[in-house]
Amino acid sequence: MESLFRTDAAAAAPRVTIHFDGAPLSVPAGLTVAAALLASGARATRTTPVGAAPRAPYCMMGVCFECLVEIDGVASQQGCLTRVRDGMQVCSQHGVRTLDAAAQGLAR
Amino acid sequence: MTPDLYDIAIVGAGPAGLAAATLAAAQRARVVLLDEQPGPGGQIYRAITEGGASRVDVLGPDYAAGADIVRAFVASGARYEPNASVWQVSTEQAPHHTVRYTREGRSLALHAKRLILATGAMERPFPVPGWTLPGVLTAGAAQILLKSAGTTPAVPVVLAGCGPLLYLLGWQYLRAGVPIAAIVDTTSAEDYRRAFAHLGGALGSLPALAKGLRYLRALKRAGMPFHRGARALAVEGDTAARALTFELDGRRQRIDASLVLLHQGVVPHSHFAWSLRAPHRWDDAQLCWRPVTDAWGELDVRGVFVAGDAAGIGGAQAAAEQGRLAALGALASVGAIDAARRDALAGPPRAALAKRLRVRPFLDALYRPNDEHRVPADDTVTVCRCEEVSAGELREVVRLGAPGPNQAKAFTRCGMGPCQGRLCGLTVTELIARERGLEPSRIGHYRIRPPLKPLTIGELAGTQGDAADAAAAQART
Amino acid sequence: MDTVDVVVIGGGLVGSAIAYGLTREGRRVTVLDGADEAFRAARGNFGLVWVQGKGAGLSSYATWTRGSQTRWPTLAAALLAETGIDVQLSQPGGFHLCFSDAEMQQRDALLQTLRDDLDGNYPYAMLDHAEVAAKLPGLGAQVVGASYSEMDGHVNPLKLLRALHTAAQRRGARFVASQQVDAIEPAASGYTVRTKSARFDAPRVVIAAGLASRELAAQVGLDVPVAPNRGEVLIGERVAHFLDYPTTYIRQTDEGTIQVGDSHEDVGFDDGLKTDVLASIAQHAVRSFPMLAQMKLVRAWGALRVMSRDGFPVYQESVQCPGVFAATCHSGVTLAAAHALRVAPWIAGGAPPDGIEPFSGERFRRAQPLLQPVH
Repeated sequence: MESLFRTDAAAAAPRVTIHFDGAPLSVPAGLTVAAALLASGARATRTTPVGAAPRAPYCMMGVCFECLVEIDGVASQQGCLTRVRDGMQVCSQHGVRTLDAAAQGLAR
Repeated sequence: MTPDLYDIAIVGAGPAGLAAATLAAAQRARVVLLDEQPGPGGQIYRAITEGGASRVDVLGPDYAAGADIVRAFVASGARYEPNASVWQVSTEQAPHHTVRYTREGRSLALHAKRLILATGAMERPFPVPGWTLPGVLTAGAAQILLKSAGTTPAVPVVLAGCGPLLYLLGWQYLRAGVPIAAIVDTTSAEDYRRAFAHLGGALGSLPALAKGLRYLRALKRAGMPFHRGARALAVEGDTAARALTFELDGRRQRIDASLVLLHQGVVPHSHFAWSLRAPHRWDDAQLCWRPVTDAWGELDVRGVFVAGDAAGIGGAQAAAEQGRLAALGALASVGAIDAARRDALAGPPRAALAKRLRVRPFLDALYRPNDEHRVPADDTVTVCRCEEVSAGELREVVRLGAPGPNQAKAFTRCGMGPCQGRLCGLTVTELIARERGLEPSRIGHYRIRPPLKPLTIGELAGTQGDAADAAAAQART
Repeated sequence: MDTVDVVVIGGGLVGSAIAYGLTREGRRVTVLDGADEAFRAARGNFGLVWVQGKGAGLSSYATWTRGSQTRWPTLAAALLAETGIDVQLSQPGGFHLCFSDAEMQQRDALLQTLRDDLDGNYPYAMLDHAEVAAKLPGLGAQVVGASYSEMDGHVNPLKLLRALHTAAQRRGARFVASQQVDAIEPAASGYTVRTKSARFDAPRVVIAAGLASRELAAQVGLDVPVAPNRGEVLIGERVAHFLDYPTTYIRQTDEGTIQVGDSHEDVGFDDGLKTDVLASIAQHAVRSFPMLAQMKLVRAWGALRVMSRDGFPVYQESVQCPGVFAATCHSGVTLAAAHALRVAPWIAGGAPPDGIEPFSGERFRRAQPLLQPVH
């Protein structure tokens, strides 16, 4: 299935490597996570906790909360408000998150 | 050294906030501007400082004009707090105001004598069947992508709905060489007839009209299918968008599409004003709630001003003028300038604002979204995306006796999700109004409370408050 | 106009539970409910169906509460059968966490007193940290122990409200929204309840109007000294199920969200939020279950409890206006079963239920030392 979006970033423009559900993606630096995922072939980026419906970023400006993903182990982050960073690990969220008892006391 | 108390704190770094901050700083007030984006410009001038010349060219002259406003702000000396997710604006410490925000895992606070809310606009919800499917985005989202590393559709795209932004996006896509599969325009002959009554005002803004006509002409010349007067839009698909269907001249049409961009205007992002319990009124021309303000943008809540699209849709240039007026009002209010100077300085922005707003009644009438696209007739359509509440369930609880959005929320969870009613609020108000046979002004709006953006319990636990109150609260637990 | 048997003023948890119970007794009922943005304690409930700790100084309250808790499964089953709405009653027992040895001792002493008052019919146990941690995963190290009682549980209070409205209406009750009652006046058929825009006649009237009950009750010679007491609550996002039991201040709802409370503030008719209170509630949450620090807070609310002068319910029939009743409490969830199944039959004309006499408003007129409200 082809990607819905592509970027025009010139060949010389800086790129970073992030991982989405384990798969490495090379994306232009400066993109938000949500933009990077849409430009790299992602269709659904999460399923809802209520009805397990597939969802993807919708508004790209932080008001719809459809772009929630796990970033570097922290769940429920708005992907459209977070810039990609080299080495970033992004995971799709399915249903409800599990609180990590081992990470007790982390105020994140 | 950061002062304990600013003169003016401004939320939102779009044209209104930038212009307000720039003017206030020029009058030597201590100003801080907060925004959740990493760079200034808000949505309309998003990433203006980052794109190269060719991208700016694709986006057009209006976007390019944003560079000046940003440059002036950067040079103004006002403190700038980007990446700040504001979760509360509070008058608890009256007469001062507190803005609480999170950044990188910590909750921080700023205090100011006066507050300007310049939180801009957001896309009007478009609750049609299938609008929640992957592959459906707003036209505004597509524009944001275009402004970010020139991200454009890689598959045939359908633009559907109405309003200047839709045509602007289409025109920008043409310049970027993006193939548009079709434009499905809901604007009808009836809309044109209704708008004709306001033509006088529109003719006073010939540049704005000429611009719009230019975009339309370019799109028509490009030759892609351009359907006018479309009704009853629906997105078809199971797990992703597959097609857009609509009714044209009484017949159902279908266009294959895995990418559908919806747009039917923008509405004020006014959650902040609602959270302060500021009175709002329903504007039937713009089909949205607008905070009640005086000539300077001051709310019924003392010391808090609203400027820009958050007060009512007027566009970027009007927003900048309103930002200037709010700054002047706030400056006079704290005694930084006297009333005479305030009034003198207000002359040009007020005149410019009036000029910019002259075209609004025409645009509001022409691009009035269809009833069926604001209140879905189909009971299965999702109204609350976060909690997956359908139009049918809402109608059921209205029949059960829920008189308004808050009881409906209690009965269905509609509006309880992370977006806190941003994407369902208008739909719910209008749906209940329709069900009960009353005007939306009689129905009301969700009660909006902090947190205006989610923060973690850990961040909240670490929030510093007034020392005496904190001690008393501790004594209770 | 159709004649009704009872007009119930107030469509919150008390009013709608009584209305539902009246329809079960075959009565024709009209419920007058407030505006969309009215102060509604019914929309600000924590959702506990709670017995332990209640009734210190007035053991009849402990008994009354017990009498509702034991009847709750009947209410839940009836609502499910009649409306299809599962109010998610869960009564696995509940914990009250303690953070110091002194707190443990105080808690034990309180519960022991209640147990003595009730002749031992009051199951509870004091558990140490390890025993509690075995039941509540992720328990914070600062928790020294807890009192546990098998009597306790929780329910979804908003589903309860919707179910009561639905069930009562299916049995013929009429709900009229956006009504503000100005007066209750004697009339030929009994009483006329006058609102801003309408009149409702019936031989019997129930004042279950929360904070508005005081003024209406005075019109019929009843003393219902209720005042607002604010509680603030935080709601976190949905997380995978980890809490099998409710605790007094933290529970996981059937939706999966985590609910954290609360506060008791004397701030008048102000249901807003105070940042320091919210922060202190968050701190308490993190002390109790440190992993809650990671959880996103999605929303918060403040609600005004309907607090009587001594914190206990008021149930009374007016002598001056026979047929007019007042019913108010601040535990509308826990007492919903009693209201539907014991109070409603009395209002319908039956004998007063056992154990209701101490809650007459007459107690405020007698010279009694003020009792400390306990929750």
